[in-house]
Amino acid sequence: MGFPGVDFLGLDDMFSDDERAVRDLVRDFVDAEILPIIEDCAYEGRFPRELVPKMAALNLFGSTIAEYGLPGLNNVAYGLIMQELERGDSGLRSFVSVQSSLVMYPIYTYGSKEQKDTFIPALGKGEKIGCFGLTEPDFGSNPGGMRTVAKKDGDSWVLNGAKSWITNGSIADVAVVWAKEGGPDGPVRGFLVERGTPGFSSPEHRMKMSLRASVTSQLVFEDCRIPLSNVLPGVSGLKGPLSCLTQARYGISWGAIGSAMATYHCALDYAKSRKQFRDRPIASHQLVQEKLAFMITEITKAQLLSLRLGRQKDAGKLLPEHVSMAKRNNVWVARECARMAREILGANGIVGEYPVFRHMANIESVFTYEGTHDIHTLVLGQAVTGIPSYNPPQE
Amino acid sequence: MNHVVCIAYVPDTETKIKIGSDGKSIDEADVKWIVSPYDEFALEEAIKAKEAKGGTVTVVTYGPARADVGLRECLARGADEAIRIASEGIADVDSLGVAQMLAGAIKTLKYDVVWLGNKGVGTDAQVMVPMVAEFLDLPHVNLVTKIEWKAGAVTAWREIEGAKEVVECPLPAVIGAQKGLNEPRYASLKGIMAAKKKQIAVKKPAEVGVDAAAMSGDKSPVRWTKLELPPARQAVKLVPADDPAKAAEELLRLLRDEAKVL
Repeated sequence: MGFPGVDFLGLDDMFSDDERAVRDLVRDFVDAEILPIIEDCAYEGRFPRELVPKMAALNLFGSTIAEYGLPGLNNVAYGLIMQELERGDSGLRSFVSVQSSLVMYPIYTYGSKEQKDTFIPALGKGEKIGCFGLTEPDFGSNPGGMRTVAKKDGDSWVLNGAKSWITNGSIADVAVVWAKEGGPDGPVRGFLVERGTPGFSSPEHRMKMSLRASVTSQLVFEDCRIPLSNVLPGVSGLKGPLSCLTQARYGISWGAIGSAMATYHCALDYAKSRKQFRDRPIASHQLVQEKLAFMITEITKAQLLSLRLGRQKDAGKLLPEHVSMAKRNNVWVARECARMAREILGANGIVGEYPVFRHMANIESVFTYEGTHDIHTLVLGQAVTGIPSYNPPQE
Repeated sequence: MNHVVCIAYVPDTETKIKIGSDGKSIDEADVKWIVSPYDEFALEEAIKAKEAKGGTVTVVTYGPARADVGLRECLARGADEAIRIASEGIADVDSLGVAQMLAGAIKTLKYDVVWLGNKGVGTDAQVMVPMVAEFLDLPHVNLVTKIEWKAGAVTAWREIEGAKEVVECPLPAVIGAQKGLNEPRYASLKGIMAAKKKQIAVKKPAEVGVDAAAMSGDKSPVRWTKLELPPARQAVKLVPADDPAKAAEELLRLLRDEAKVL
């Protein structure tokens, strides 16, 4: 049975015909192509690379770009794509987030014409896969402390340093790498490093218990030489990578709704068919109903939040702290829903016959990646008080 | 080559059908509507032919405004134009009436091939292909699983009992698509955005030369008088298997005395 959606308040009316058409297309794709294989992929720790050309044929990569033969969707339609993909799996959504918001977006926004002409069409068609290197082993929430440097030497940049927790790292054809220009005190710049460049390697993180259908790697640069033309000319400073993350986090706020929809839908179905005590479904138990009521209420609030965010983004009025609020809230909602769904399913909540445990494990990553829950809390704290708490002034 | 594809916008095959309060219609609340899967085969083959040989693809349906969503989906997959003959304000029309509506609209177009699914999954009447062909005075081939184009003609493969039949047919012709003809594509996001800019021509039956009043409601030759759901399935009876020999004996007794299948 195809996924019927979760829409308690009739929010469908607030989407345009083409927004609904986009959502329904991706919904059908997830039902037909992702759900039948995803439990096995996650269990085996395999990224379903065979889906890349299919996703490209649907134009899922760079879908908000209106040039290079790409569809030029608005941000609400983009959000709905993320929602449906993550209803399938957070790992698949992560792949599309990275390709679109963290690779195509910076190249399209900050790249030279030549860089755009070289990479945007190939990335859009899925012929090339991209990754985004900002986080380092010792610098997560504080990317400004990064140690990776790029020094000019003749007609090359020479990169040294390491990035970690990089989605798509080992399968990427091109990495957007953020490094300090010239030395530790230099400005942060974006560099394009292609696979096969001597001095560039990408070992995979082993033993991952979450996002198992997605590739996560380190990027290691040892005297890695790239042409001078491989720097993104249009941006300097941390606002470069942070602007990309705002794009991606916006999508994550929608994606988390998808995860919550999946676990809620599964729990509701299960509760209505599972019978205990006098042959009555457990959905008749007050404690189960309390959980379902919590889930549907929080999902509905999350939907409204992301929809408002999308309309604001399309109107050019979105602020990073708005995105922090939605990412923080909606991923928390997804995490709570996964947990409650798993409780409702009892032992069935831990097996791969149901999607719940996979979502529950996935959302743990999403909870702390792209800005941890706590850091987004502090971003909101700063937004309302005007006082940054996470980078206090020196005594 | 120009193609016309007739589509039916029908309840999703997974919809749990409920009967309306009048006892002879479907309760349409909560029904998810889809382009009939057999029509999707027809559309895919028409788009493939257009891609290979040029021409246009026009989709046509008879139905209410909700069918525009189905037409838009066809436009997003690659159809160029869409026509809906509006059913608003017209009482029930049977297959013969719908065939006349479709044929009326098709007559206003330039075409080489008219496509339909061999049946609509809603009512499974399986009569639309020959009826439309008759109204257009064209040859038809139905239940087609493979096509090859020739100059001014088509070679079509049909699955028949225990064999394959290969027929040749001059164009223009009406072709009924059967499962196996192709694997319908997904629309693309680009297609959805492009479809936004395309117009759906909504026409009244009179505009395609059909007198709806003469064929609808009480005038319709075939009318639904009653709908019944199949009887609800009996609860499953589980035979405890603690003692296999006893269980087998009990199972046999149930099959013989209760189910009466032995």
